[in-house]
Amino acid sequence: MRAVFKTSYDKDIDLHPDWWERGKIAVLLGLLALLPFLVGEYYLAEATNTLIWSLAGLGLMLLVGHSGQVSLGHAGFMAIGAYVDAGLMNAGVPWIIAFPLAGLAAGCFGAIVAIPAVRMSGIYLAIATLALFVIIEEMIIILEPVTGGVGGIFAPSITLFGIDFDRYASLNNFYWLVLVIVALTTWAYANVLRSPTGRSFLAVRDSEVSARALGINVTRTKALAFGLSCGVTGLAGALMGHYISFFNYELFSIFISINLLLVVTIGGLGFIQGAFFGAILITAVPQLIAILRDGLNATVGIDLGGIPGLDTLIFSVILVGFIIYEPTGLYGRWLKFRAYVQLFPLARRDMFRRQKTYLKTERSK
Amino acid sequence: MSLLEVTDLAVHFGGVKAVDGVSFDVVEGEVFSIIGPNGAGKSTIFNLISRFYEPTRGTIRFDGTELTALSAHDVAGMGIARTFQNIELFDHSTVLDNLLMGRHRHRATNWVQDLLFLPKVRAEERAHRQNVEEVMEFLELEAYRDKMIAGLPYGVRKVVEIGRALAMGPKMILLDEPASGLSVEESQDVSYWIEDMRRDMGLSVLMVEHDMRLVTQVSDRVLAVANGKPLALGTPAEVQSDPTVQAAYLGTDVSEGAVA
Repeated sequence: MRAVFKTSYDKDIDLHPDWWERGKIAVLLGLLALLPFLVGEYYLAEATNTLIWSLAGLGLMLLVGHSGQVSLGHAGFMAIGAYVDAGLMNAGVPWIIAFPLAGLAAGCFGAIVAIPAVRMSGIYLAIATLALFVIIEEMIIILEPVTGGVGGIFAPSITLFGIDFDRYASLNNFYWLVLVIVALTTWAYANVLRSPTGRSFLAVRDSEVSARALGINVTRTKALAFGLSCGVTGLAGALMGHYISFFNYELFSIFISINLLLVVTIGGLGFIQGAFFGAILITAVPQLIAILRDGLNATVGIDLGGIPGLDTLIFSVILVGFIIYEPTGLYGRWLKFRAYVQLFPLARRDMFRRQKTYLKTERSK
Repeated sequence: MSLLEVTDLAVHFGGVKAVDGVSFDVVEGEVFSIIGPNGAGKSTIFNLISRFYEPTRGTIRFDGTELTALSAHDVAGMGIARTFQNIELFDHSTVLDNLLMGRHRHRATNWVQDLLFLPKVRAEERAHRQNVEEVMEFLELEAYRDKMIAGLPYGVRKVVEIGRALAMGPKMILLDEPASGLSVEESQDVSYWIEDMRRDMGLSVLMVEHDMRLVTQVSDRVLAVANGKPLALGTPAEVQSDPTVQAAYLGTDVSEGAVA
């Protein structure tokens, strides 16, 4: 097992304590950058989809995992991002301006609705954000001149400095573009977590009373978390629009919100890595089921294609299983596995068992 | 000069007069204790100073500023730090991060700078870290630096909470039962720390405590309260020998006239 010998405060402040860790990230980024040369077009498109889901997952992770608020309305914020981006581009605004504006619009909208919403928590906040989602959906249908209403809207292909980033004609370029955006967002996310802003999010999540006593403005902090979260999700929505090319309000259904919650919970709440693990699972499982179904049909002759809702059933079983047996998600499971290998044969079963915490009675609230 | 001046403070929850007409002042560099039986309103006084409750009447002046005009999160900015009777730490963060959260009132960067982690953010982080390490050395918390709060024993958590309050770099620290649930050795440590806070850091200490040994050891003055009303104010010895205080503590069923 490797141990890091810390010789300065910077070792703790840096994102990675040593060159070994930095090297691992470099190798991962390198592999991802080389992916277009390693896999075929079909899988590259799937990888792009996974990255877009990761981006949306990062957005929701900031809210659910790090500031302790829940949202069932994030499909709505994705929709805002997608429609603002596509709408501006259709009006002749170049992508390089339309894209940040899409994020900004979703973020600002999120922060504004957050101000009344942050007074609620838990299930009440979930219901409020769900209602918000319904409002956004209806608005899209009503604002037909801008959004195309039920008919839908076309997201023009991206051109940047004369280079074409079309999702079909030049998928490689589009993939790299998405990869760069996801990498930058992840970097910014990690920066937030190691700075006072991220600590104030955690403080608000774990104990609002003492956050206030430390001088943290709880309402403003929650609204900021909401705004950042919705902004990132809006960016993901904009990319999703380009990925699908032609879409209407049905692309951003309530199931997208639920799937996003699955991404963060199954991935591992409170870990950046969790958003990626979750996104991989959520995009890969339907593919796996399809492959399995075809395989069964071809070899054994059982046709599962006729069974409706098989995907949903399997998803639900996975979710229930995770909540009962692995609340820390895929990433938590990975951490345990890694500790087991590193400490072999000294790992003990109880090592990760949480000590029962003391009851917090008489909260002064 | 008095740092904190509480005048005729009262808070009523419906018909319950939790605090009713309490007045006291804490002089700069003083250790001031509030004692009283359970439910006397001691923690409520703390929560009023922290602005968690809105007083029904009365004023709280700190360093020349009226606190009742501020909101809860501005109280920390005035230089008032506090601990809680039932530990309110951030359970899923390390001891180091908990103490760093205490530095929040000194943050000089905004979220955009944090997002990009500009050189200024790093410089600020180093300064905060330096400060937090000094607090950790003072309270001998180094061994727990990277441990999660959720896995720490009760006694250590109590100390981490004091550490988080000290990391704020306050003028005054409010300690809500710092020795409750601690062993004799641990509460002895607490009394030394309070001495050092006053002597070396120049802090004023306002403390609620049941452990009379600790109170007598460190306090300059003591206020006894019962049923939200002040009973006696003076040196620890004076207050302890006050017959109304004894009646309140021993629960003797003597009429007020007989006691006076």
